[in-house]
Amino acid sequence: MRENEGKPIGRRVVLSMLGLGAAGIAAAPVLQGGWQKLLDADPVGVTGLLPNSGGFRYFSVTASVPVKNETNYRLTVDGLVARPRTFTLADLAALPQHRVVHDVQCTDGWKVENAAFTGVPLSALLDAVGVQQEGRAIRFTCFDGLYTESLTLEQARRPDVLAALKLQDQPLSHERGGPVRLYVAPMYFYKSAKWLSGITVTDRVQPGYWEDYGYAVDGWL
Amino acid sequence: MPSMAGSDRARRGNETASTPERVLRFGRVPRLVHRTTGWLMALCLGTAACLYFGPLAELVGRRLLVVSVHEISGILLPLPVLLGLLSPEFRAELTRLNRFAKYDGEWLRLALRRRPGRPAGKFNAGQKLYASWIAGAVPVMLFTGLLMWFGGLLPWIPRSSAIFVHDWLALAIAAVVVGHIRMAYRDPLARQGMRTGYVRKDWAREEHPHWIDPD
Repeated sequence: MRENEGKPIGRRVVLSMLGLGAAGIAAAPVLQGGWQKLLDADPVGVTGLLPNSGGFRYFSVTASVPVKNETNYRLTVDGLVARPRTFTLADLAALPQHRVVHDVQCTDGWKVENAAFTGVPLSALLDAVGVQQEGRAIRFTCFDGLYTESLTLEQARRPDVLAALKLQDQPLSHERGGPVRLYVAPMYFYKSAKWLSGITVTDRVQPGYWEDYGYAVDGWL
Repeated sequence: MPSMAGSDRARRGNETASTPERVLRFGRVPRLVHRTTGWLMALCLGTAACLYFGPLAELVGRRLLVVSVHEISGILLPLPVLLGLLSPEFRAELTRLNRFAKYDGEWLRLALRRRPGRPAGKFNAGQKLYASWIAGAVPVMLFTGLLMWFGGLLPWIPRSSAIFVHDWLALAIAAVVVGHIRMAYRDPLARQGMRTGYVRKDWAREEHPHWIDPD
């Protein structure tokens, strides 16, 4: 038998893979649900390296991020406010804390169910500095030196929007955006800027980092 | 003339010891296609690992750059093969990879039982399956990747479904490519064929008898 004769198994394998891909897309919602159940039943945690294993994933837009703690962390609130102010970690911890439990959903497909963030409601911080009449929006900056985010004043005043200090009742780790990150529960997780260092009240929305690359400015879930 | 015959035999013996007889296995085009596809796949999988695994992501950061390299290498991945189609030599290799002879079934049966001395043509059945599997997997990755990249491309496909297929298939591809590299690592003579184009005839006779001596 010559080498260019025989059954075209190669072509069939190629076509089967294409078909399997299409079937995978169609069945994804069901399969994802089953996978989630399996994860919940996995007590050893061997599934941690597999897709959508239920944990947070680490995203950073810079090469490295300085580590800040109670000695050198500062949160500046300024812009169109009556009394610009800088908060230390102790200042923030002394303010009334609010706990928000919500599903975290990333645009890259991963999801963390019932994540509990605790921190100072943004509205409390805004009230503490007094927003001026012209204030319409907020620009958030981060101590990674690059990432920015935005919210309208109305969105920022929602009770489920926090300057979060804790995750699952533990101090927020550096990898999760600690010591303080923004948490915007009703929106995709890119709105919840990590390593929050600046809150500036502005007269209009200035799109944030990913929003300059095509992400929706209002990232409602 | 016994002396001449003796010297002839001695010379031939010497030749096989120092420079074994070689035979052309892959021409320039298939080797170039293999090399560029290999590098693109390495870039694609490397950046994927940096986007995916926490410790690597923490080490590398620079998400926008890593995403861009991943997207570009992914888009370019099928290009070497598509350009290779212009070459009759490359098309002939694809025909060989596509067709399964009777001895290919035998090869698979023996391979599953880990028996040596398996008969094969220019490509063995494992190589044929690998080539066609990856040729089917890459378009699926390209399609789901484009859906993630351009969100509104096909609004009736949920983004989460595209991500689900992209993530799981990526894992499978990584495993299969690692297997491919492991096979190559274990056979330096086969690697030589892909690197220089030539292989030792005795190696070819051992591994690919139906290619070197058809029928």
